[in-house]
Amino acid sequence: MAPRRVEVSETTRPVLPRHARLKFDETRQRWVILAPERVLAPDEIAVEILQLCDGARAVADIVDVLAAKYAADRGEIGADVVAMLQDLADKGFLAEAKEKTP
Amino acid sequence: MSELHLDDTTRAGETAAASAQPSVAQSYGIPLAVLLEVTHRCPLQCPYCSNPLELERAGAELTTDEWKHVLSELASIGVLQVHFSGGEPTARKDLVELVQHATDVGLYTNLITSAVLLTRERLAALADAGLAHVQISFQGSEPQIADRVGGFAGGHAKKLEVARWTRELDLPLTVNAVMHRQNLHLLPDIIEMAVALDADRLEVANVQYYGWALKNRAALMPTLQQIEDCTAIVEAAQQRLKGVLTIDYVVPDYYALRPKKCMGGWGSQFFNISPSGKVLPCHAAETITGREFPSVRDASIAQIWREAEAFNRYRGTGWMQEPCASCAFKEIDFGGCRCQAFALTGDAAATDPACALSPLHERIFKTAESEAETGSDRFLYRNFAGGTVEGA
Repeated sequence: MAPRRVEVSETTRPVLPRHARLKFDETRQRWVILAPERVLAPDEIAVEILQLCDGARAVADIVDVLAAKYAADRGEIGADVVAMLQDLADKGFLAEAKEKTP
Repeated sequence: MSELHLDDTTRAGETAAASAQPSVAQSYGIPLAVLLEVTHRCPLQCPYCSNPLELERAGAELTTDEWKHVLSELASIGVLQVHFSGGEPTARKDLVELVQHATDVGLYTNLITSAVLLTRERLAALADAGLAHVQISFQGSEPQIADRVGGFAGGHAKKLEVARWTRELDLPLTVNAVMHRQNLHLLPDIIEMAVALDADRLEVANVQYYGWALKNRAALMPTLQQIEDCTAIVEAAQQRLKGVLTIDYVVPDYYALRPKKCMGGWGSQFFNISPSGKVLPCHAAETITGREFPSVRDASIAQIWREAEAFNRYRGTGWMQEPCASCAFKEIDFGGCRCQAFALTGDAAATDPACALSPLHERIFKTAESEAETGSDRFLYRNFAGGTVEGA
């Protein structure tokens, strides 16, 4: 059986796989994630998180950035970020960066 | 900020056409995804092929430049994804060039292929050209049945090989399995095959009966028991394989009580382009005889989508007759499938007989049951000669 499921935690360094593309849809003036035969509509915060998923940052770093920016509770933000990324991973549209970072 | 979320995943071809620029008569936004049937040529002869009975010949196909123009126009009017399909799209010598052009204009590209014509080099070239996703059709999980259904010796083994190359090239893989009476018993094995091939997605698609499939209905129609087993197997696998394999399931509507919301509503969320450039509200639309379908050679795609009679004919609910017109579900399922209504009643504006409220429903259900029990297993193979009877 293929154990490909990504388990998202604060140490995960998430990145979109090449087949999941974050793109601004000019016609409809909104962000979308293009995936195999699917189009997802991430909300503003999800877009902000995904733009930080560069394969170098760990989830913990992303949470730090957002907690500082919004002067919000780190624990609460952390849980939300992990949940959102896990949802994306379960749909097959999130990968983990390999050991070497760009 | 406790409300982070992604909207539910939507099948790009079937749902969620966004409201693009307001149009003249009606506000039907351009679909997110478009199916391009770049050729009707195909080495396989599947008896349920979704192409029309009257196939378009190579000489009628759009040229490379015409397809490139189509791709540019699609991107400019707001289409986000294209599906290169057919026939067998890899039968076009210019496929790599077309995929490259689609990538250059910002389109996300899916390849829907039988895989039997691909070499590893060509698949790698397609990946380099920006191809984002490969969908391979399988006719079964073992060569005896699969090669017989496809009418192509050695096809199944080749498909397995190309599926492996797909994953080696780090492309996501969808296994498409078209199911019918003669292969439904293989479903558990097909699910295991998809997992073993490291597929991301499996489409379990029961045959829909138009065109070639309608001609082969007696050889393909499953029993009610088979369908009930199939649904149970799929639901259990969906649960078990969450996060490993996504399974999309299409049920055969002859055994349903409610008709399907075909194409998300006619002219609402979907169109496809035929090899010669005809713009069609669904890939079976030409089975409705007496309708004219405009070509990309005659007008802009945006204009066709907005204004063509073929698209406006069954949009909304104004065209409906009883029992649809006064039905509480009319905006839910739009009366089912126009092509099926035409095929089974002779009137494309009739209620799809898959609906329990259709006066023909009972008869259709009985026909299905009786064909499933007593129909011959012999196929009529799909080809340019109007079909060839198996073993003839």
